Amino acid sequence: MKNTLIQLSQFTEKLSRRKLLGGAATVAVALVQNAHGHTLQKGIPQSALDDDPTKVPGVPPGELGTRSPFEKLLKDPSATSSRSPLQDIYGMITPSDLHFERNHGGVPAIDPAKHELLIHGLVEKPLIFKVADLKRFPSVSRIAFLECSGNFRSGKETLRPQDVCGLTSQSEWTGVKLSTIFREAGIKPNATWFLAEGGDAAVMTRSIPVKKGWDDAILAYAQNGEALRPEQGYPLRLFLPGWEGNTSVKWLRRLELSDQPFMTREETSKYTESVNGRVRQFSFDMDARSIITFPSYPQSVEKGWIEIRGIAWSGRGKVVRVEVSTDAGKSWHLAALQDPILDKAHTAFRYLWQWKGDETEIMSRVTDETGYTQPTLKQLVEARGESGGYHFNPITAWQIKRDGAVLFKPEK
Amino acid sequence: MQRPFALSLKLYVQLPILFSVLGVLYTGNDDFQAPNQYLAISDTTQHPASFGFGRPATKAEIDRLDIDIRPDGKGLPAGSGLATKGKIIFDSKCVACHGAGGIGGPNGSLVTTTAAGDKEKRAEKTIGNYWPYATTVFDYIRRAMPFNQPGSLTNEEVYHLTAYLLSANKLIDEKTVIDAKSLPKVIMPAQKLFVPDDRKGGPEVK
Ligand code: HEC
Repeated sequence: MKNTLIQLSQFTEKLSRRKLLGGAATVAVALVQNAHGHTLQKGIPQSALDDDPTKVPGVPPGELGTRSPFEKLLKDPSATSSRSPLQDIYGMITPSDLHFERNHGGVPAIDPAKHELLIHGLVEKPLIFKVADLKRFPSVSRIAFLECSGNFRSGKETLRPQDVCGLTSQSEWTGVKLSTIFREAGIKPNATWFLAEGGDAAVMTRSIPVKKGWDDAILAYAQNGEALRPEQGYPLRLFLPGWEGNTSVKWLRRLELSDQPFMTREETSKYTESVNGRVRQFSFDMDARSIITFPSYPQSVEKGWIEIRGIAWSGRGKVVRVEVSTDAGKSWHLAALQDPILDKAHTAFRYLWQWKGDETEIMSRVTDETGYTQPTLKQLVEARGESGGYHFNPITAWQIKRDGAVLFKPEK
Repeated sequence: MQRPFALSLKLYVQLPILFSVLGVLYTGNDDFQAPNQYLAISDTTQHPASFGFGRPATKAEIDRLDIDIRPDGKGLPAGSGLATKGKIIFDSKCVACHGAGGIGGPNGSLVTTTAAGDKEKRAEKTIGNYWPYATTVFDYIRRAMPFNQPGSLTNEEVYHLTAYLLSANKLIDEKTVIDAKSLPKVIMPAQKLFVPDDRKGGPEVK
């Protein structure tokens, strides 16, 4: 057995790099263990592949898990953000390496041993914490979504859920409650706002009402069981459940308590929206939203039973109801919600549907515990007098074509 | 102090486990009153007045990081700026990304134009017609620009650039000296348009 493995390994070792990178002989990828015991992915020719995995010894245990080479899970990056592949994700947790990204000056390289958080301004005791100090405080964990308020795209039929609203993801966040740190520093009674500042190249800043700090803000140092990913703010970020992603300042280095907001660029020039000739500011809460992730573009369907699947969430509390329409919005049916249904969290929904082969449109709408129901784009445009901007959470429809092709429906 | 802390830590570690078993994610508002008997225990009752972690921040440590500027001018450093000097700096350090005169450019206009039908992404929303506070111009340029060399400008350079951009947007005249006193007083036409968020959840679409 051991021998076979070594032979396979030596064989693949001999393959030239050119062959590995797409020479005609390379038709698959396998995992092999190198001399140092590290598991590597290698291209191997079809002839070396046994069709029956029970006839070839498998790869021994390794130091890190791997993703099957058959799974092509990728974020979709632009210059300023990278979107989660919502159509490829199961359940309620976004794998950490697929969590969406948005930054204003790139991802900084920060040594956690050197990183410090300063809290000052209207406090009794200005304090500096190392990340290790923060980890000594009582900790808290919470599963919640994080969504960028600029999370809406339309305009053509060939958009995936990832393209339409891939700037939302969900993790279990672990850290210390900001209220614990507020108590430690002693917040003065006249402090009503605090500035959160990142240690990235943008030294990004937002003003946050102190009340949110007492309510449910977390200084997070971990995500899904491990330290934060650099893209998510390593080694320390603010996490504000249910609020627009930009306020959950990453690479957090400073909190300054004040009796007024600071009017930073990200809360004046950006992250504000024109509404009926006015500019809406400090629009923190993410309104309820849902999207069908299966079937969606670029998938296709066959006649017969289809389990329509998707996610629904609200920044204002729990999802209480998701309805699905399979006749372009004429009638609506209750979808099943998957437990656990958590506060300010992506909640999976399902609806079983028999497709007879007729052309139609499918869509979902969520209602949250405040009684808010996800609006249509038309309703949003009517209410705001604007056809774009931040906080656009319209119902998303998918067209089902006669041949089973699924296309996004761009609305006017 | 040692004893109560040990107790509280133990309790704290156990609570989330207990609640996740119950299928309830405990998020713990301070004034949270839940019907559930387990949740009725406030999570902070066992906290000591102070854990004593971290260290006091000295004034020097605070001053080194405290770079923000408030709308009332708090935080503005000594120094002053003039539009004519700012234009020279702008033409060497900013023009490549923000266009001649701060108009156009691959990273967006900074100066308001009246050119109609301009489909450029940031053409409509600029310092002149959208920014509500002049102090933000100083704060943002000092912390984040130029994009490829953030934090490289002196306070004097930032004052000059601020004066230039305010003047190019016709918010001040070319001769106005911009300093800690005058900057907060610059009238920004868009300020009166800003209103706080009035969405509240519930059935209404806003
Ligand atoms: C290498 C390209 C580059 C250079 C050089 C550059 N900028 Fe920028 N600038 C950007 C980018 C990119 C943004 C948007 C950043 C973001 O949104 O996070 C920006 C944004 C800005 C904004 C905010 C615009 C708005 O409406 O919100 C101002 C003001 C600004 N730059 C001023 C300057 C000044 C002054 C200089 C010269 C000292 C400069 N920039 C040099 C790329 C550049």
